[in-house]
Amino acid sequence: MNGFANWAVHFFMLDEGPLIWLSDFLIGCATIGIIVALTYFKLWKWLWDNWLTTVDHKKIGIMYLIAAVLMLFRGGTDGLLMRAQLSWPNLHFLNADHYDQIFTTHGTIMILFMAMPAIIGFFNVAVPLQIGCRDVAFPYLNAISFWLFFAAALLFNLSFVVGGSPDGGWTSYPPYVENVFDPGPGENYFLVALQITGIGTIATGVNFLITILRMRAPGMTMMRLPMFTWSVFITSIIIVFAFPVLTVALALLLIDRDFGSHFFTVTGGGMPMQYINLFWIWGHPEVYIVILPAFGIFSEVVSTFSHKRLFGYSAMVVSMIAIAILSFIVWVHHFFTMGAGPGVNSFFGVSTMAIAIPTGVKIFNWLFTMHKGRVEFTSAMLWAVGFIPNFLIGGLTGVMLAVPPADYQYHNSYFLIAHFHYVLIGGTVFGVFAAIYYWWPKMFGVLLDEKLGRWHFWMFMIGFNICFFPQFFLGFMGMQRRMYTYPAGYGWGIINLISTVGAVLMGVGFLIFVWNILWSARFGQRDTTGDPWDGRSLEWATTSPAPEYNFAIIPTVKGRDAWWLMKKTGESINGPKGVPFRPIHMPNNSGRPIIMSLFFFIAGGGFIFQWWVLAIIGLLGVLVTMAQRSFEYHDHHYIPVEEIEKTEAAAGRL
Amino acid sequence: MSNAHTAIHGDHHPVDPSVPVEYHEEENSLRIAGFWVFLGSDLVLFSCLFATYVVMHGRVAGGPTSQQLFDVTGFTIETIALLFSSFTCGLATYEMRRGNRNAMVTWLFITVALGLVFLGFEIDEFVHNVSIGATMQRSGFLSAFFTLVGTHGCHVTMGTLWMLSVIIQLIRYGITPITARKAFIVSIYWHFLDAVWIFIFTVVYLTGKVV
Ligand code: HEM
Ligand SMILES: [Cu+2]
Repeated sequence: MNGFANWAVHFFMLDEGPLIWLSDFLIGCATIGIIVALTYFKLWKWLWDNWLTTVDHKKIGIMYLIAAVLMLFRGGTDGLLMRAQLSWPNLHFLNADHYDQIFTTHGTIMILFMAMPAIIGFFNVAVPLQIGCRDVAFPYLNAISFWLFFAAALLFNLSFVVGGSPDGGWTSYPPYVENVFDPGPGENYFLVALQITGIGTIATGVNFLITILRMRAPGMTMMRLPMFTWSVFITSIIIVFAFPVLTVALALLLIDRDFGSHFFTVTGGGMPMQYINLFWIWGHPEVYIVILPAFGIFSEVVSTFSHKRLFGYSAMVVSMIAIAILSFIVWVHHFFTMGAGPGVNSFFGVSTMAIAIPTGVKIFNWLFTMHKGRVEFTSAMLWAVGFIPNFLIGGLTGVMLAVPPADYQYHNSYFLIAHFHYVLIGGTVFGVFAAIYYWWPKMFGVLLDEKLGRWHFWMFMIGFNICFFPQFFLGFMGMQRRMYTYPAGYGWGIINLISTVGAVLMGVGFLIFVWNILWSARFGQRDTTGDPWDGRSLEWATTSPAPEYNFAIIPTVKGRDAWWLMKKTGESINGPKGVPFRPIHMPNNSGRPIIMSLFFFIAGGGFIFQWWVLAIIGLLGVLVTMAQRSFEYHDHHYIPVEEIEKTEAAAGRL
Repeated sequence: MSNAHTAIHGDHHPVDPSVPVEYHEEENSLRIAGFWVFLGSDLVLFSCLFATYVVMHGRVAGGPTSQQLFDVTGFTIETIALLFSSFTCGLATYEMRRGNRNAMVTWLFITVALGLVFLGFEIDEFVHNVSIGATMQRSGFLSAFFTLVGTHGCHVTMGTLWMLSVIIQLIRYGITPITARKAFIVSIYWHFLDAVWIFIFTVVYLTGKVV
């Protein structure tokens, strides 16, 4: 019994001290609170029927976004903890172990559990509406993608209070992360959680690729697609070819750790460099996976709020294709210092710099779209305009990093940290915020408040620059990444303090954003028209939120900016008057995706703690749910004409 | 699905009778296209495993080399069984197009049987290796060997289970656009595994026997 008690104390990390106790307490309270509230308000059935089993892309998109905002909070808290620790020399607020765990979870969560679900959330929210169809190509698979991501995020976050967090960095380089040096379940959490969410992401890539290729409304040719949809199309291609590489890298490392093989060990013929290559063959395309959709969002926002069509449409498309191709041939720039030799380094240096060309083309196109436009500085537009100079700083410092001899100086210093935060925050996060302000009315039928939106933007943007601009100089002054504290006397203290102040301001900006959501839910202006911004693409032709079936009659598209053209010529989205409605064929809800992901979760636990019974149960569960699906023939229903007529009448479209 | 309604995939185009049965509904043709894309990503997965194997091939850490380990008779039989199963699988598709359910099911059964022969020899090879101490823990080379060939073996195992489930559905429902689509997808999966095996046969076994 005593042995068991000791084990349990260790397993649940109760020997780790008050921080963990507090977290346990808070998690417990939140869980009990949610359960009690759902029971008290009798919401379980509503939750199950409307959300947990849904296959509707609009709802799945919303769930992705909720998860992404929660993860932004978790990752942001990690970030603030790190900035607190670094704010002054010789602080011991966090010890080295804890600091290592926190920078690992911060990076991993921000990229895979915040940026990815945020952009995939907007794939779901916008793409089917923009191309004029009723759902994605594979709605059931879409639900599986979401729940796999969800199970993985849960698993990853659980590591904080059960068994211990990973501490090998988001890049997780061997040989350090091999069992010899890094025992315990932490690293396994990283590997298994990323594996599960990665499978879901591949499915998303396939899904949107086929959706955009095959489900466009009549007349919606590829060169008439809204630019966001174009960016999703290119991104999906990158996902389909890049994510399997991550799958392999993670799997081989997990096999090393769980079964004692020798892929990346230092003994037994292992080769750590192989992991590092695989990781970045995925990793660099991954950064473009999170930036291209943001580019797409900015294109929509800039053109909508300049009340002009997008400048240089074809150039935008061509440059995205160029970026997608180049993104696969630059990965070595992440390890110029690891001795590949001058020939290899020069090639990858030049290919990296080449990416700046198509990126520059896009920047000029946004500027020319605004040029002579009637520019309206809404919150969404502020994020888009703010993006341009910030991303420029990120991109230019990227070109500096791409010069191999210079990179020997900058590599793994705070200069690098500042670079990728300028592109990831100034690019992706700004894009996500722009999209939130832009599509919020479409998702919820309510506008976010513009005044709070401006406060949110300025607070976050200024805080961001105060936080990260000084880090370029810290890098020049020799401060390395991933150090948990530093001695006095290097002159780093005050710069770090300034940086921490900036981080706090970003935190305040985030709180204003949350306040804006709550305030607007209660008092916000309702969007009764469905087209609050005088929009240009088809999503603005529907009600806000769009009806379950999106379009009662599939629209016929006559040109770019389809909805804008229809408004110009006074056409209705339902086509000429008197075309009769027909019953609409829709996929049924299904509880299986969430159950299947529960089995993935169980199997994941098995691989993390090497409890093979659990792993086998989980995998069998996955197989059984897949087989059940194969035998499911009645998974569709019809929406009757009367119901469509009622909905359309209510929307004033009859 | 008839033409009387309008689906999530947009309004229906009339069915062109010259198109094979598995493409008869918009949704089926979407799924087949989606599966091709999935195969593309699976191909990337195998490419990475091949690359890793090639890098690891010489890293035997004093353990057995590929030359000492590989058994020509074994992998030749595996290759013949799998190549032949791809042929029988193709015959099943041929019978499907002719609307010949029973012949189709028979060919699929033969395909599964050949798949099992393949798996049997592969398992035998693995067991033998382990029994002489050539485990995946022995060296980087063996880790990569077992993972690459084992991943392909897992795919084949999944393929046989899947094919069995399709056979059951064919027996129950006959050849409909839906069962035809399912059979067609599992058959392209099967041909894909065959193609991957040809690379394993040349890159791993033949090359491994020589160098
Ligand atoms: C013109 C475009 C860009 C160029 C030339 C560029 C160049 C580089 C180079 C050379 C490095 C490696 C530096 C080193 O480790 O010493 C790097 C790191 C990085 N970049 Fe970029 N980059 C560009 C755009 C982006 C974008 C758009 C993103 C993401 C949205 C991004 C995210 C990152 C990240 C996350 C890292 C560091 C990863 C790590 O070591 O943890 N970069 N970049
Ligand atoms: Cu890169």
